[in-house]
Amino acid sequence: MGKFIRLKKGFTINLKGKAAPKVVETDQPETFVIKPTDFFGIYMPKPVVNVGDTVRAGSPLFHDKKHENIVFTAPVSGEIVEVKRGEKRKLLEIKILADKKIEYENFRKYSVSDINNLNAADIKDQLLKSGVWTSLVQRPFGVVADPAVTPKAIHISAFDSHPLAPDYGILFKGQDQYFQAGVDILKKLTSGSVHINTHATSEISTVFSQVKGAEVNKFSGPHPAGCVGVQIHHIDPINKGDVVWTINPFGVIQIGKLFLNGVYDTSRIVALVGSEVKNPQYYKTYTGASVKKFIDSNLVQNHVRVISGNPLTGTSIGKDGHLGFYDHQVSVLPEGDQYEFLGWIAPSAKKISFHRAIGLLSFLSPGKERVADTNTHGEPRAFVQTGVFEQVIPMDVLPTHLLKSILAEDIDEMEALGIYEVIEEDLALCEFVDVSKHKVQEIVREGLELVQNS
Amino acid sequence: MKFLRNQLDKVKHSFEKGGKLEKYFYAYEAIDTFLFAPNTTNDVKGAQIRDAVDLKRLMMTVIIAMVPCLLFGIYNVGHQHFLAIGQPGAAFGDKIVIGLWQVLPVVVVSYGVGLGIEFVFSILRKHPVNEGFLVTGMLIPLVMPPDIPLWQVGVATAFAVIIGKEAFGGTGMNVVNVALTARAFLYFAYPTDISGDVWTYLGDAQAVAGFSGATPLSVAGDAISTGENVVASLNTFGAGWNEGVFTLQNLFLGLRPGSIGETSTLMCLVGAFILIVTGTGSWKIMVSVFGGAYVMGLLLNLVGSNVYTQMPAYYHLVFGGLAFGAVFMATDPVTAAQTETGKWVYGILIGVLTVLIRVFNPAYPEGIMLAILFMNVFAPLIDYFVVSANKKRRLQRATV
Repeated sequence: MGKFIRLKKGFTINLKGKAAPKVVETDQPETFVIKPTDFFGIYMPKPVVNVGDTVRAGSPLFHDKKHENIVFTAPVSGEIVEVKRGEKRKLLEIKILADKKIEYENFRKYSVSDINNLNAADIKDQLLKSGVWTSLVQRPFGVVADPAVTPKAIHISAFDSHPLAPDYGILFKGQDQYFQAGVDILKKLTSGSVHINTHATSEISTVFSQVKGAEVNKFSGPHPAGCVGVQIHHIDPINKGDVVWTINPFGVIQIGKLFLNGVYDTSRIVALVGSEVKNPQYYKTYTGASVKKFIDSNLVQNHVRVISGNPLTGTSIGKDGHLGFYDHQVSVLPEGDQYEFLGWIAPSAKKISFHRAIGLLSFLSPGKERVADTNTHGEPRAFVQTGVFEQVIPMDVLPTHLLKSILAEDIDEMEALGIYEVIEEDLALCEFVDVSKHKVQEIVREGLELVQNS
Repeated sequence: MKFLRNQLDKVKHSFEKGGKLEKYFYAYEAIDTFLFAPNTTNDVKGAQIRDAVDLKRLMMTVIIAMVPCLLFGIYNVGHQHFLAIGQPGAAFGDKIVIGLWQVLPVVVVSYGVGLGIEFVFSILRKHPVNEGFLVTGMLIPLVMPPDIPLWQVGVATAFAVIIGKEAFGGTGMNVVNVALTARAFLYFAYPTDISGDVWTYLGDAQAVAGFSGATPLSVAGDAISTGENVVASLNTFGAGWNEGVFTLQNLFLGLRPGSIGETSTLMCLVGAFILIVTGTGSWKIMVSVFGGAYVMGLLLNLVGSNVYTQMPAYYHLVFGGLAFGAVFMATDPVTAAQTETGKWVYGILIGVLTVLIRVFNPAYPEGIMLAILFMNVFAPLIDYFVVSANKKRRLQRATV
């Protein structure tokens, strides 16, 4: 039986512009992009295609020089139109001009009963070749999973508590059989169990509630209850030397489709959200899609920031940008590059705040949806206020001390304070609420890289 | 506002890199960001939105919490002045005028000297002007006696900011509370100006017959040698010129001689209310300081070796500067314990130490200043144990 865990600490950022429960099918975007920078733990991505080559969905695009068997493949079929490199010729992105009708690379098909007889080696082989492998993320460090390791458990967060997050019930509707097949396959890759962590108080999609062979846990409480790192901490924490894997339900479904249908199917539903979107809703598209088509003529105004992912952990991609590999959400927020006269003391009930310092009135109406812009609302300062991070992180870690140990580059101290248990998203709320405006997520990644490379 | 913004934008480039006044960039920035919240946006990666709070607003909240103490202090300085010179019927306005006359220069000197030093350091060290001094600059006047020579305020502020803070790296890095450093500096450098008969401003006027500049703490201390009941001595004090000045009720209200802002327990509680409601000050620290002092007072009642230890424990809470220290000094997040469990220990020990110093150390009638400074130094040790416990839990989990 799964566990029921009530979390109290945290803060749900209630923003305006949530997606209406409506999936729109429009013309597909022309270009799709895979960015090596979306993946952590990649040392030197080496492209295996050139401009002008044609690829099918599931054909290799590049691999990591250190792990040649981990292949990153094309999400759609088409022609390679750009291999973009940055400083020191570092590979930044590979762009595909998509075919009207997608052609798929053929992988081996299995029936449901065949799947039960598969062994881990065959599974890994097919996952790696097809590129589906890259949706498996390893903790500690949040890197693409190492195929040579058997994790002690696999965790799937079945809800997203981030601001403006899409509803997983809509994202994965009707994918029950693929999800079940994915779980059956994942079970063979771990020595422990597959955990599916659902939200206790909202309606749970049958995709998750009907699944067999996995531990279904329930979580209640504000964000970050949906962060898989927080969930792991309460179910079966990561100790030094442990390895666990995490995967988004989308990845699980992809695994199911790969084995049942023999294709690398990246079709996904993406939520277009945010206060600056005229009609926030869901769109059907593929991994790495250009967001231009969805945004065009759907904006309230033009001075906006387009974010792949959610406003707390996402990446600004610009209006011509492309969806990140792990993202199911495009958020459009007003750009906050304006001065505000005496803005540091002017009272406001509009600006969203976890705090209640003089003039911050948003706490009076917590249920109200608010507009947040991208302004920093203040300047970076030394750590002054204490006890705030502790109120938003429902884990037995001391965020301030952990961050300070990272700034001091003290690896032993980071280990002792629990760096193995967190990645950026788990502490992202600290970055939001921080009075002194530290770049918490950047600091966490620095720490993870220091430990990893030590 | 547009005009002001345009003027700032016009001069901004000469302060920026390569500009003529590049050296003074942070001084310019301090003024610019004071007038206008900056137009900076979040990075491409990471949190795209940020909480509306910043350090300026946080510090302003603390200052607002101190305003009741300041206003009451201004009135009280005038009030005590007229009582001491034998004019109890003086008009409210006159009291305010005297109070302002004495208090405002102290505030101006404190802010002037402190902010001046902050600006100089920001230019020399090339770091932004931090907002920490906004609070310190108000705390210093509130813990000064009403007729403190202004040059001493200046020297003490300079000492506190340079040695107490900037030497450690500025706001957020200091070990001991900056405002208390200023007060402790005066206490040890110029003891005659910050103890004895300094708690009432007399000016050029003659004190009324029977006037005594004693504080409740010194009355209680003196009671030990006479053996008279402390409460009785307090209740009869001031007979003839300031009847009932040290009754329990008046001690709580704060119409009594003392440092400018610390006399009124009531006003401190109003400040505490503001700090707690806004989440700016730690209620854990405030509660535990009061609790620690009260419990220590009760324990002393049990010992009961002299009249001071036999005094009802609640008197300790309205005496001297305990309330002010608990609410505004002990809660300074930089110098207090930083872990939530640590805050309880830190607060309780401050309360306990304050009472111990008061009762058993005749050289220092007021204990809260030394108790807080002492615990400031020990706060990292308290945190060390709390952090170690956290590490140990993680380690145990791994080995099971």
